[in-house]
Amino acid sequence: MNIIIAGDGKVGAALTRQLASEGYDVTVIDSDSRVLDSSVERYDVISVHGNCAAMDTLLEAGVRDADLLIAVTHADEVNLLCCTTAHALNPKLHTIARIRNPEYTDQIFKMRDVFGLSMAINPEKLAAVEMARLIKYPGFLRRDVFAKGRTEIVELKIDRQSKLCDVSLIDMSAIVKCRVLVCAVLRGGVAQVPNSGDFRLREGDRIFVTAPTENLTILLKSLGIITRKAHNVILVGGGRVSYYLAELLGQEGIGVRLIDRDESRCRLLAAELPRASILQGDGSDMELLESEGLPEADALVTATGLDELNMIVSLYGSVKKVPQVITKLSHMENQSILNCLELGSVICPKDLCSNNIVRYVRAMQNQTGAAVSVHAIADGQVEAMEFIVDENTKNCGVPLKHLKPKRNVLIASITRGAETLIANGDSTFQQGDTIVVVTSGRGVIKQLGDIFA
Amino acid sequence: MNYKMMGRFLSQILAIEGLFMLPALAISLYGGEAMAVRGFLVTLGVILLLAAVLRILCSGAPSAFYAKEGLVCVGLSWLALSVVGCLPFYISREIPAFVDCFFETVSGFTTTGSSILTDVEALSRGLLYWRSFSHWLGGMGVLVFLLAFTPGDSKGAGFTMHLLRAESPGPDVGKLVPKMRKTAAILYIIYIVLTAINIVLLRLGGMNLFESVCHAFGTAGTGGFGVKADSFGSYSPYLQNVTTVFMALFGVNFSCYYLLLMGRFKSVFKDEELRLYVGVILASTVLIVLNLRGFYGSLEETVRHAAFQVSSIITTTGYATTDFDLWPSFSKTILLCLMVIGASAGSTGGGLKVGRVLLLLKGLRRNIRQTLNPRKVQLVRSNGQVVDERVLGNTNAYLAAYVIILFSVFAIISLDNFSVGTNFSAVLACFNNIGPGLEAVGPACNFSIYSPLSKLALSLAMLAGRLEIFPILVLFSKSTWTRS
Repeated sequence: MNIIIAGDGKVGAALTRQLASEGYDVTVIDSDSRVLDSSVERYDVISVHGNCAAMDTLLEAGVRDADLLIAVTHADEVNLLCCTTAHALNPKLHTIARIRNPEYTDQIFKMRDVFGLSMAINPEKLAAVEMARLIKYPGFLRRDVFAKGRTEIVELKIDRQSKLCDVSLIDMSAIVKCRVLVCAVLRGGVAQVPNSGDFRLREGDRIFVTAPTENLTILLKSLGIITRKAHNVILVGGGRVSYYLAELLGQEGIGVRLIDRDESRCRLLAAELPRASILQGDGSDMELLESEGLPEADALVTATGLDELNMIVSLYGSVKKVPQVITKLSHMENQSILNCLELGSVICPKDLCSNNIVRYVRAMQNQTGAAVSVHAIADGQVEAMEFIVDENTKNCGVPLKHLKPKRNVLIASITRGAETLIANGDSTFQQGDTIVVVTSGRGVIKQLGDIFA
Repeated sequence: MNYKMMGRFLSQILAIEGLFMLPALAISLYGGEAMAVRGFLVTLGVILLLAAVLRILCSGAPSAFYAKEGLVCVGLSWLALSVVGCLPFYISREIPAFVDCFFETVSGFTTTGSSILTDVEALSRGLLYWRSFSHWLGGMGVLVFLLAFTPGDSKGAGFTMHLLRAESPGPDVGKLVPKMRKTAAILYIIYIVLTAINIVLLRLGGMNLFESVCHAFGTAGTGGFGVKADSFGSYSPYLQNVTTVFMALFGVNFSCYYLLLMGRFKSVFKDEELRLYVGVILASTVLIVLNLRGFYGSLEETVRHAAFQVSSIITTTGYATTDFDLWPSFSKTILLCLMVIGASAGSTGGGLKVGRVLLLLKGLRRNIRQTLNPRKVQLVRSNGQVVDERVLGNTNAYLAAYVIILFSVFAIISLDNFSVGTNFSAVLACFNNIGPGLEAVGPACNFSIYSPLSKLALSLAMLAGRLEIFPILVLFSKSTWTRS
């Protein structure tokens, strides 16, 4: 598949890396030749230098033979013009544009056909949605959704007080009082896929648990993590992420206090968000945070434009024992640094955006029985993949205990209709099932058939 | 430095070399050449051992691979290729001295075509084939072959770009399509098809299969090893003309052929490098024909010889239909100029490259204008696109390195006390990967006159010329081998 990526910025580079490593033919367009040079040296791609919204540049990049165009330059208008022009040159082309300005949201949705857009993506909105989902279930560091929202893989940290500390997996279901499956464990920066019930969880482990969505509340309650629903949340920084998040939380009836330094920005936010309390002040001022009720807050979200500031405020929140801390970071290339810090959940809009686009690309390829979606979990060391069983799938109806999966491959769950089963030896595949598979080998599994040795 | 990754590449390259030695072995077996068979078999054993040891030592290589690794890897690969490739000559005792074997093989892989053999026809056929085949493999490059046809686990990584840049000639090497493997495969497929057409056309002219194949390899790689003492002198005018045309074809940038296949005729015909290349060939031929009035019997013969020699020298092939050392001095000077200019960037030929000469001239013109009109912003354009100042800077640096190496090797071989004309043309012929020079190393003579030291210096010059200097230069740079 031929893919053109217009704009080689943070998201552009992340997409280039991911899509090139999956074997697609990628062409990158940017107006800065130095950025392009470094991309060409790092990834197996070709580059075109120029303005991606100009027809000549698009033609040079081979838009007529392309299958997908992803416009992720810094300007919404350029992205739109790029997609519209490209779509006019090649009506079969799929186009994805990054549109961040909330003022455009409506018209983009209603006039998609006019613009020739297949999908508009808003990284800040995605980040806000993700944060809101975490706030609804405090205790999880991260949630990945599969099978149209029926199955999830959630991340938990095992600390000393945890009921799961020093428990072997075989005894776990008795404690959590529902059927769940630990599909990956991150210990000392190394991820492993446990394949025996004797595996013992230790303090400091981060575990990834597969569970049907309806069991999540039971899981949290039996672990004693939640006592009540979140009622008041403090947001530091009044950027776009905070704006969307405050709006979402407001709709849920959760109280929001939003702190920003800039007075005019605060006025604007106050006008747009009547339900939230907007405070003008320095979010890194500890006294201000205390006086605004940080010790009593259910959650603290740091989403200023400065990664360093977000990290410091989040650390302070952790020290003050805020039950849930969420940190927005723009750069998280080095995971190992982040693991040393008590930052709570880390949300990176750039990564969310590129993961979403990669999922779209995979869906375009879905005819061949490839994964419907792939989520990178455990610091990117483990992949969780969703497959649909169809008439071509081998081993339908054979109990799993008679099959031999590859090393480091785990069948986590089988969703049939509205019901999600945690896979065990007696489980079988049937046509139409959605299956979640977890593997620690990167890029090894392309199709459902690949999971068997 | 990522030695393990380089070791893995090296082991793969040796394996490929071994694979390509099998046809030569078969020819020797068929012809009952016992010594040559022994040479090939022992060499294959050595290759197998080396490749296996490297493979085992270099398992689990980290994936960090940068420009420095690319340059060193290409330089080392070519050295290894040459050292191992010369073993059949040495072990079979057909060329007794090791330095001579090394010179001959380097001359083969770098597509130079300079020989130390006093009697080519005495060599066994298996070795003759191997000698010519080394041209073919060296012409497009062995690492490009590796990138095109061996399964790699470096999926999606861009570091192979460093290998392509280091091995492919030209000031600004780029890919044709997004994937490196496809790019390399396209280049090789064009190369194979053109070679095959050349073989068929030679066969149609009555040349026997063995000679057609060997000569087509020499033409395709713009090498110049023949199988006869008088190179192309005794072949029919038809065969000479076919070779004239094909030498010129292999001196064209291969991306032009790709664009033609894609139906983008306009961008090919407007390509400035191609226009200059064709222009230089035509102009030189006309000038030499005028200068050679009365030298040969008929006008046809004069044009044929002039065109063949011009095509052979500008593409740095080095075949000859006549002893051009006997030509008038003006004609010889034109040939010397052509030696320096060389073929197009992205072709199999050597020399400075037409594209680089074009950039140098344009840059020079710009600088002269700049001194006359200092406030005017002046850019250098190529095919309508503004050329990046870094490319211009690199081209100037390349010229400087080129001249320095030229004169250093010139100084070293002057110790042998031959005439200045002989020495200078010998260095030009080796460094630009041409083959024959003038006077004592002219088309009717050979390089056996030189001392072992000179042969070694010339061999390195050939490698430096083929790989465009830097991959060889970094091997001798202290900072390459020290940490930090």
